[in-house]
Amino acid sequence: MLELLKQPWPWYTSGAAIAFIMVLLLLYGKSFGVSSNLRTLCTLAGAGKKVKFFDFNWRTQKWNLLFLFGSVLGGIIAATVLKSEHPLQLSEATVNDLQTLGINFDGQLNPAQLFGPVFFSSPKGFLILLVGGILVGFGARYAGGCTSGHAISGLSNLQIPSLVAVVGFFVGGLIMTHFLLPLIF
Amino acid sequence: MKGLKYITTGILFGIIMAKSEAISWYRIQEMFRFQSFHMYGIIGTAVTLGTIAVYLIKKFRIRDTQDNLIVFHDKDRTWFRYIIGGTIFGLGWALTGACPGPMFVNVGYGYGAMLLIIFGSLLGTYFYGVVKDKIPH
Repeated sequence: MLELLKQPWPWYTSGAAIAFIMVLLLLYGKSFGVSSNLRTLCTLAGAGKKVKFFDFNWRTQKWNLLFLFGSVLGGIIAATVLKSEHPLQLSEATVNDLQTLGINFDGQLNPAQLFGPVFFSSPKGFLILLVGGILVGFGARYAGGCTSGHAISGLSNLQIPSLVAVVGFFVGGLIMTHFLLPLIF
Repeated sequence: MKGLKYITTGILFGIIMAKSEAISWYRIQEMFRFQSFHMYGIIGTAVTLGTIAVYLIKKFRIRDTQDNLIVFHDKDRTWFRYIIGGTIFGLGWALTGACPGPMFVNVGYGYGAMLLIIFGSLLGTYFYGVVKDKIPH
């Protein structure tokens, strides 16, 4: 069993498991959406004293912080007891495309070139990771949700605004991938 | 402890995200280049099964564990925020390969650089709170 779980999971297993997570939270009386935690964390850091948007009772969101904490633990488990010994099976076309950007495929989940200590401590690398994070945080709150809240919860409830947000996610992603990344790297 | 079920659910979520490779920068690049079905398969399966589940929950008026009727709140029918906010999110998603869930899973996985992305996302969220009433929605 453990050997089976250690393999990379096929997409249908993962998709079904994500739907299961959403249903489980609904049965607990909550709704699946991760990015609202970022707002709660700002409130915990004291942002509510200066900005009204963060002045709310964070205890109503305690469950979601615990969920987020659990997801970090899940990451640790996946990287240790459930770690796959096989390299990631990335499509050949992507490997070649990234090569032209100067990013080498190393078979891991994330390129060490972008997430390793060398890149992190260079001014350019520091800026890329920081600005990328700012765009994600600002965009998620502006759009009222991220991939979990809109793409999974919203679409499952047939919400047109969520569909518009998801189209936006892709428009932004395509612009970055095809026009901006070649300029950045 | 009452919160344990949320931690357990989170652990499950983290394992799923990592084992499905949805937390991988490479996989996100592959998706935005339309070079593999993998990520579309994950999202497609989740949404298809999710839609069926939500339909059944509504149809049979399922109650949650506190015996309250499970209700769904409709999203605001404004458009600007979804288009512009969504696009800004997408720019960051393709650059860092991380959405708000996976960036935390990645920290657990051992990618310390993700802490900088998380810090950035908190700055971005804070910035939204500051300018919220001054930007169109």
